[in-house]
Amino acid sequence: MNPSDERVPDLVKRALGPVADAGLKRDLWPRMRARLDRPAIRVPWWDWALAAAIVLCFILFPAAIPAVLYQF
Amino acid sequence: MELLEEFARGDAEAFEALFRQFQGEVYGWIVRIVRDPGAAEDLTVETFWRVYRARSRFDPRRGFGPWARRIATNLALDHLSARRNETSLEGDFQPPCLPPDPALAADVREKVAAAFTRLPVKLRVAATLAMIEETPYGDIAEALGISIGTVKSRVFRAARLLRGDLQRMGVEP
Repeated sequence: MNPSDERVPDLVKRALGPVADAGLKRDLWPRMRARLDRPAIRVPWWDWALAAAIVLCFILFPAAIPAVLYQF
Repeated sequence: MELLEEFARGDAEAFEALFRQFQGEVYGWIVRIVRDPGAAEDLTVETFWRVYRARSRFDPRRGFGPWARRIATNLALDHLSARRNETSLEGDFQPPCLPPDPALAADVREKVAAAFTRLPVKLRVAATLAMIEETPYGDIAEALGISIGTVKSRVFRAARLLRGDLQRMGVEP
């Protein structure tokens, strides 16, 4: 190791300093409780059906893919 | 052990007990990495949310603390990566850090902070924990899911990159 590389950790510590207080100031359980109670995002079944129909169309009619992409 | 088994079976009271027991430890670990108390609180809740969702894969024989710390470390890495992409990192090393050495000139401190925030995130996390927080290499390796040799290599590479960056800015370590 380059001698000046060895001095880098000391310089970094002197310049930045360790975290003074890593203690938690408040109970986070109420926030955790709210997170647990938040309903999960659910995709309606007809969205899945529509996506499956599109994929099926592309499989049956691959020539349609460039035509669809052209629209974007 | 019984509490851990109950948690793995999906018992909500066991999860609450584990949350209350480990929230401080997980927060303390995260705040040392991200150095932002607000973000550390958010990431602590997110860590336990992921812990809760993955409870069926938890092995009670391996201990809760190291498992939670590993998840927390991955989240902290993602957080730092996102921040690195979003904004410049001026002010990243603000309180709650201990005051820097007053013998060190202010411009040197700013240049060190700037060089540090320019490190790749994986090197920066290893360097933060090893150089600044003086965390044992074994603990860093366990939390990052890598070997002690890899931790040493990351710290070495971080030191080398910092030296080069500082020398370009006219600071001789």
